[in-house]
Amino acid sequence: MEIPYTAKPRPDTGLYNAKLGIWLFLASEVMLFGGLFSSYILLRVGADLWPHGMLSIPIGTFNTFVLIASSVTVVMAWASLKLGNPGKFKAYMAATILCALGFLSVKSYEYYVKFTHYDVWFKDDATAEKYFKAAYGEKGTEETRKQFVERFHLHNTKATYDPAQIQLAGHIEGNPLCTNLKKLVGAKQETIKFTPDAPLGSHEHPHAIEVKLSDVQRLSSYVPAHSTFFAIYFTITALHGLHVLGGAIVLAYFLLTVDKWWKKAPEQFTNRIEVGGLFWHFVDLVWIFLFPIIYLL
Amino acid sequence: MQATTQTHSQEAHSHEHHHDPGFLRSYVFSSDHKVIGIQYGFTALVFLMFGFLLMMCMRWQIAKPGTAIPLVGGLLENFLGDVAKGGVMSPDLYNAFGAMHGTIMVFLAVVPLAFAAFGNYVVPLQIGAVDMAFPRINMASYQCFAAGGVVMFVSFFIPGGAAAGGWTSYSPLATIIPTQGQTFWLIGMVLLITSSLLGAVNFIATVIQLRAPGMTWMRMPFFVWAQFVTAFILLLAFPPLEAAGILQLVDKVFGSSFFLPTGLIVSGKPYDVSGGGSPLLWQHLFWFLGHPEVYVLILPAMGVISEIIACNTRKPLWGYKSLVYSVLAVGFISFIVWAHHMYLTGMGTKISTFFQTTTMIISIPSVIILTCLFMSLWGGSIRFNTPMLFALAFLPMFGIGGLTGLPLGFNFSDLHLHDSYYVIAHFHYVVAPGTIFALFAGIYFWYPKMTGRYMNETLGKTHFWLSLLGMNLVFLPMFFQGLYGMSRRMSDGGATYALVDTAGKVNPANEGIVTALTGTVMHLNVFITHAALLLLIAQIPFVINVFMSMFNGKKVESDNPWQATTLDWQTPTPPPHGNFTKEIVVYRGPYEYSVPGQTSDFIPQNQPDAQPAK
Repeated sequence: MEIPYTAKPRPDTGLYNAKLGIWLFLASEVMLFGGLFSSYILLRVGADLWPHGMLSIPIGTFNTFVLIASSVTVVMAWASLKLGNPGKFKAYMAATILCALGFLSVKSYEYYVKFTHYDVWFKDDATAEKYFKAAYGEKGTEETRKQFVERFHLHNTKATYDPAQIQLAGHIEGNPLCTNLKKLVGAKQETIKFTPDAPLGSHEHPHAIEVKLSDVQRLSSYVPAHSTFFAIYFTITALHGLHVLGGAIVLAYFLLTVDKWWKKAPEQFTNRIEVGGLFWHFVDLVWIFLFPIIYLL
Repeated sequence: MQATTQTHSQEAHSHEHHHDPGFLRSYVFSSDHKVIGIQYGFTALVFLMFGFLLMMCMRWQIAKPGTAIPLVGGLLENFLGDVAKGGVMSPDLYNAFGAMHGTIMVFLAVVPLAFAAFGNYVVPLQIGAVDMAFPRINMASYQCFAAGGVVMFVSFFIPGGAAAGGWTSYSPLATIIPTQGQTFWLIGMVLLITSSLLGAVNFIATVIQLRAPGMTWMRMPFFVWAQFVTAFILLLAFPPLEAAGILQLVDKVFGSSFFLPTGLIVSGKPYDVSGGGSPLLWQHLFWFLGHPEVYVLILPAMGVISEIIACNTRKPLWGYKSLVYSVLAVGFISFIVWAHHMYLTGMGTKISTFFQTTTMIISIPSVIILTCLFMSLWGGSIRFNTPMLFALAFLPMFGIGGLTGLPLGFNFSDLHLHDSYYVIAHFHYVVAPGTIFALFAGIYFWYPKMTGRYMNETLGKTHFWLSLLGMNLVFLPMFFQGLYGMSRRMSDGGATYALVDTAGKVNPANEGIVTALTGTVMHLNVFITHAALLLLIAQIPFVINVFMSMFNGKKVESDNPWQATTLDWQTPTPPPHGNFTKEIVVYRGPYEYSVPGQTSDFIPQNQPDAQPAK
């Protein structure tokens, strides 16, 4: 028993099976990411406050170019096979996989930075102002207010916010990962050493201050539980990251088995690379949409 | 002569490659579409029975709230602990069973049976293909499904029990229930969605790529069309639910607030989350799948019915082209009706108006399909065998289910009917005596092809008449209960809001309240439970029949025992790996029954000339 059209295209459709299969699969992927992007829009439109500039644009731009480069190399890998050159294929495919790993490493670094960065909200206005002053001196309240306005782009609104609604951002001594108030209190900790972020327009961090946990209303690192922005950021980028990882594993498998397959079924193998490449372009394309909506807008 | 040599050489060929694959490879990890179809079918039937038994426990609780469930009460207490203390179903357990009844029936029983089982077994045969386009992906699809089923089943036994937020799993309710049942539910759903996605890709690719020479689009049996459209619905409607499932999983596991609004109070305390989410978002994403899913439930059933009706009336389907265009229209429109499930969410009257309009529009192609099937009966020489009886019963039953949906589709009448027993009656008429009858019909119809033996007609007809009676006695009274205002999802069957409970005791708290449920309405609870018991008993002949006929059913006289035209009957019985022993070329449409001037009353699709079949 042999299934027809696994390598040669069917005349009336002009497609071999796998190519049709991958396009159908990608259609469903469009709906999956479409659902997530729609959720992003709905959540953002309905949000009281939506932060800006929470992610490093240079790093994101770098990663965008890494992925675009990998899309080029994956096409070159396929073209090399079409030209009957498995040696060049290996070089291009290796470059593609290196790009994928580079992208994932950069993304992991970005995640790590977020997991160790904290926001603290205080119990009441007086306590909040006390800590703001400890952090940034006499004009501490104005400084944190400025940071708040900057983060949520409130320059043109008349809305006012009480100090207790305003976060103090910074790092906890020892750089703990993803901790929160419940965990700290559970570990019988009473105070933390907190290094606030540099004031706006400066790169110099203020001195670390002592924060009593009993004064804290909420404490969260930049994780999904922090806010809807980070929730959607981590969910979509993690799902995208999984796609990159899955794609890289499949492409690596092609790279490792090229010699065997090239001898056995060159045409079918070339088709596989094309199909793998289509998936890879799709993953790239998702990022092209992700980058502006999460980093830039 | 040429054909014979070809057959022989093919056999020799297959012998070379087939060193006996062993039991595991042939029956468990098989990539053959027919084995996978049967695996799906068997698993789905087991879940169908399981889902039904969950409901039987719930029906007892509705009829006799607070009393121990006979027979299984002790068992429930043993396995599930305090939630079934003394064999009495607690409200928590009722909620869990209710949520899981819906989930299991839809995602683990009816869809796998209608789409995956029949689709896998029959579609490649009907288009003259050797197998599905991607056999190993097909196998992976079943394995994901089985894993999903295991996760769902195991969730009953974890501390706190299974998901209890309803099969729709509305947030915040589903998220804030403190047990992990919902987490299991979500992981199970992601597996099931993956499974159906792999299946859908496979079906579409198979139909587009692997049709035999001469099998043009308009020569495809209607069953294939129905499955084809269903596959597209699954392919495109399921991913948004997967997205929603992922978001709810992140809410549940990582404490985010996609679906949890700001200022959420749970048990009198502010809920410790960042807030800012939207409960409405879940409902949109859920129903974006949930409504097309209704058509996933019904379209394959219509496909099965049309095959059986054409064959057993001995005449072509009436309006084949209208059927095809209607099924395409239904498939398309099913994507833009979802929010008619959400009239009461406060999403706004303009949006309601839009969805009310599209909902009315989609009833047009649905009615065309049903009408064509009714018209097909006209002037036919009908054979009243068991598959045909089920097919005939499907038509009015689905008709009742469909027509009673119209008042729910109008948002003004939905205000009264929403979330009442009327809704339950409506969609059960569509799915239970509708789809499930079609599936029974399909099982009786294709069983001879799968096993080489007929199912027993006496047992079959007993099964049919008792089921038909049972179904109607169960679901018809629910319309009245619903119209009277009885709300669904009440673990005491409405006793709290009743003037007189099922035991005849007057509840003084509700005296003088005009809308309190009367004794008559309450007593229907008991009646329905008895009818459900009848329905349970009605399934016994079926179970016996399936197993008994495998060994001593009447043997088929030929490979085409029903004298049908489609290609699935032009194979050996049961079809071997690779399906066809001869080259298949299609020369004619799918339903050439009783062609004037012919001596035989059917002409198979692969018969070259219109000369009388000898």
